[in-house]
Amino acid sequence: MAPLLRTEDVHKRYGKEEVLRGVSMCLEPGETKVIIGPSGTGKSTLLRCINRLTEPDRGRIWLEEQEVTARKASINRLRADIGFVFQDFNLFTHLTSLENVRLGPLRVRRLGRPQANRTALEALAQVGLSDKTKSYPAELSGGQQQRVAIARALAMHPKLILFDEPTSALDPELIGEVLEVMVRLAKSGMTMLVVSHEMGFARSVADEIIFMEHGVIVEQGPPSRMFKAPTQARTGEFLRKISELYGEAD
Amino acid sequence: MPLVFEWLWLPRLTRGLWVTLQLTGACMGIGALLGLLLALARVYTRGPVYWIASLYVQFFRGTPLLVQLMIIHFGLPSAGIVLPAFVSGLLAMALNTAAYQAEYFRGAIQSVKAGQMLAARSLGLSAWQAICRIILPQALRLVIPPWSNELVYMLKYSTIVYMVGVADLLGEARNIAARNFRFLELYIVAALFYLALVLLLTVAQRVIERQLRIPGLGVPRERP
Repeated sequence: MAPLLRTEDVHKRYGKEEVLRGVSMCLEPGETKVIIGPSGTGKSTLLRCINRLTEPDRGRIWLEEQEVTARKASINRLRADIGFVFQDFNLFTHLTSLENVRLGPLRVRRLGRPQANRTALEALAQVGLSDKTKSYPAELSGGQQQRVAIARALAMHPKLILFDEPTSALDPELIGEVLEVMVRLAKSGMTMLVVSHEMGFARSVADEIIFMEHGVIVEQGPPSRMFKAPTQARTGEFLRKISELYGEAD
Repeated sequence: MPLVFEWLWLPRLTRGLWVTLQLTGACMGIGALLGLLLALARVYTRGPVYWIASLYVQFFRGTPLLVQLMIIHFGLPSAGIVLPAFVSGLLAMALNTAAYQAEYFRGAIQSVKAGQMLAARSLGLSAWQAICRIILPQALRLVIPPWSNELVYMLKYSTIVYMVGVADLLGEARNIAARNFRFLELYIVAALFYLALVLLLTVAQRVIERQLRIPGLGVPRERP
């Protein structure tokens, strides 16, 4: 099968610092891959390059057979198919949960209001927040806000969802509810690319773990192999370190 | 002291008051439109558009309103442009307040968190859609307090139009006093009119702010 997402030799430089130094990877439909690596190694930049919230300097990216990086790509239409979940949620402050989730279907997909409403309510139900439709972001806990943000991505019926450290801004006791939603999504066949250090999540649903350092992919492979027998010394070292920090993967 | 509120004054003062309200209302409306465009140009564009907008703001904030009025009303006729006094006054006020409002709008737009724009664009909204649906609804709420200040300023600054002979509230008071010599009473009455208007606007601002309030947006009102 053709990959759903393919990146080829993606480069990005901020001033003197080269954040991405040639990243090539692909993602098959229904796959979940988890990107790990020390901070500042370009994980988030890679995600942002994929929907061109950040413009890559060099390299090409395809979503199915459409080239995202093509000069004439209709980027708004492509972005509509690529969900993005931010570290700090970025819910629209002045809109209720329902309005946040409905905005995309209404204004980008241009569904009629009744259908946009239905889509939004379904998405909110999927993340278990049917009772919070009228709440403003400030009235929700961090975990609830992130679940609304996931619903906002889901309501677009995207081809894949990019998660940029979705739980690292959360209090520890709120991480579980978000991970639970993500696990359910992954198991339901959603294609997901996740930057996260939640090793429990990676081990239970990731098809592959990608270890990045200094702007390149050092090693990638299924979690079982990555945890037991990484081929690169750095990978093993890093996995040990975050397992100490975040607790053992179980 | 003779009777202060002679009923004969009221019709004329009310006419002047109406002129003041028209001037203030119209200049704030025009200024808001122009100011918003200037602010958007200053935040979201680069190159010539940005520079023209910046130059505009610098010029109109950097020179006195009265000088601007003099140029428009007494200067432009040498260039063949003769405007009625009311129009000159309105034009000067509108062009001037637009520059100030541009700065208030710019501040408000820039205080909307950057992530809001990112999230909007990541959904596939165009930049214009994101500005109209996400940024401005938040920025316009944040701009209410400084904008109301500007409104009060312009209401009071509108008195400068009497320099070009517009019979606004102050102008009418002066005209009446010029005949009956009760300058003290008339100017005090005019002052009280302005004061009443300002108080009214302050109350209106509070009500509007409360109506449009959204949790988590703007500075929470502190209660000691």
